[in-house]
Amino acid sequence: MALTVSGVSKTFAASDGGSVHALDDVSLEVREGEFVSIIGPSGCGKSTLFQIIGGLLTADRGDVQVNGRALNGAPRDIGMVFQEESTFPWRTVLDNVAFPLELAGLGKGEREDKARHFIRLVGLDGFERKFPDELSGGMRQRTAIARTLAFQPSILLMDEPFASLDEQTRILLGDKILQIWRELKQTTLLITHNITEAVQLSDRVAVMTYRPGRIKRVIEIDLPRPRSSEIIASAEFGRYVGLLWQDLREEATRGMADSERKAG
Amino acid sequence: MFASRGAGPVIAGLAAVAAFAILLETAISVGLIGGFVVAPPTAIAAALPKFFAEEAVGRAFLLTFGSTFAAAALAALIGIPVGYALYRCQLLGRAYENWIGAMFSAPLILLYPMFLVVFGRTPAVCIAMGFLVGIIPVILKTREGLLAARPVLIDVARSFGASEREILRKVLLPAARPPIFTGLRLCLIYAMINVVGIEFLANLGGLGFLVGEMFDRYDIPAMYAALICLILTSALFYTLTGRAERWLGAR
Repeated sequence: MALTVSGVSKTFAASDGGSVHALDDVSLEVREGEFVSIIGPSGCGKSTLFQIIGGLLTADRGDVQVNGRALNGAPRDIGMVFQEESTFPWRTVLDNVAFPLELAGLGKGEREDKARHFIRLVGLDGFERKFPDELSGGMRQRTAIARTLAFQPSILLMDEPFASLDEQTRILLGDKILQIWRELKQTTLLITHNITEAVQLSDRVAVMTYRPGRIKRVIEIDLPRPRSSEIIASAEFGRYVGLLWQDLREEATRGMADSERKAG
Repeated sequence: MFASRGAGPVIAGLAAVAAFAILLETAISVGLIGGFVVAPPTAIAAALPKFFAEEAVGRAFLLTFGSTFAAAALAALIGIPVGYALYRCQLLGRAYENWIGAMFSAPLILLYPMFLVVFGRTPAVCIAMGFLVGIIPVILKTREGLLAARPVLIDVARSFGASEREILRKVLLPAARPPIFTGLRLCLIYAMINVVGIEFLANLGGLGFLVGEMFDRYDIPAMYAALICLILTSALFYTLTGRAERWLGAR
């Protein structure tokens, strides 16, 4: 198994003196080469789970194993793509993508060659010398993805990488992700709150409950591969979207009621 | 049409200076401003050849420039690590920020007799006084810049297995570069004010001494010529820090 999450729980101290039980006994397995999405309403602990799997946060209970080895700090096997804009603004696209290779101690020529390969893979060739502020939001996120791919992780872990983009760009970038996934056969775990995105990309979708976050159900997405965004028009795609929404509706309603109660 | 994009601001700046000189000349000639207090720009221009021929302007410039540069370099060398330490130790940072800020408004220049006792009548007094006031903005701006670095950028580096040293060198310092350079520019400005002030008050040579000397002789046009040299020195520092920042950014 490429990734095993077993019984992970996490509680945070809240600003009002109480505590927030973010995750409760979360377990999940991701097979080699599989594309799995975790979907849940806002505030269900998705990003906390992302940080725990990525080794940036420690779980109170439970453990995470990557390729059969227990996680200890940020592992070399996991490459993370963050929800927030995360390119280094003082570096060009080429230098951004070469960043993990620079840390690995590769020479300038070798790391630039490798970086160019991944820049081509995400369709940004011709933009190597541009700075992030000269690019669109979608291009910046593709730069961040290329940078993580250049790290050559065995598992690609993405936290809502297209959350700040408009729906059309998001669907088109989904196509790009599918193309990269096909080429690299990259084991991928995507954290998202977007149902369409989850169905478009995944082999399986794990639905999380609202606080405390638990895995409510795992749904197999039995849609033909290779896929493209055209699949969105199919009846089968709509059926999966409906199925996921049935599970999510109750959780999202609880989340909204909780936010309104806190605001009131 | 300007010859190049780079020459545009320079020409615009010179045009503004020329316009100001014409306005001043007119105001003095019609009696709006007393010519005994402010020398007419034409008189300053006429005094320049004699000023440069008779006074050791080059040596004075080197002394003021060197003392200010040494004070600022020392302030950067010590101030940036102190700013980083106050960033790393949040408790100390919060505890000392206001005290350090308060020191900025204290008239530290009044301590110069003590420094004369310690260092004697040497440029070390100017360097020490320049350092004392110059280090404050370096510390404050370094800490401010590091605190403003977006946590996600640190997380990115950490996710790639970067060590704390690598995070500092490759993420924190580049992210904090603009505020750090603002601190360095402020440092140079305040260090130069102190250096020139001490040169003026204690007759320690340099451009500050020249300003005082010309005033004592009541050679007002030459005094303004010395002041212009000071402004040009300050502009040189400003240009050099801008180039250093661009050079670091291009690496």
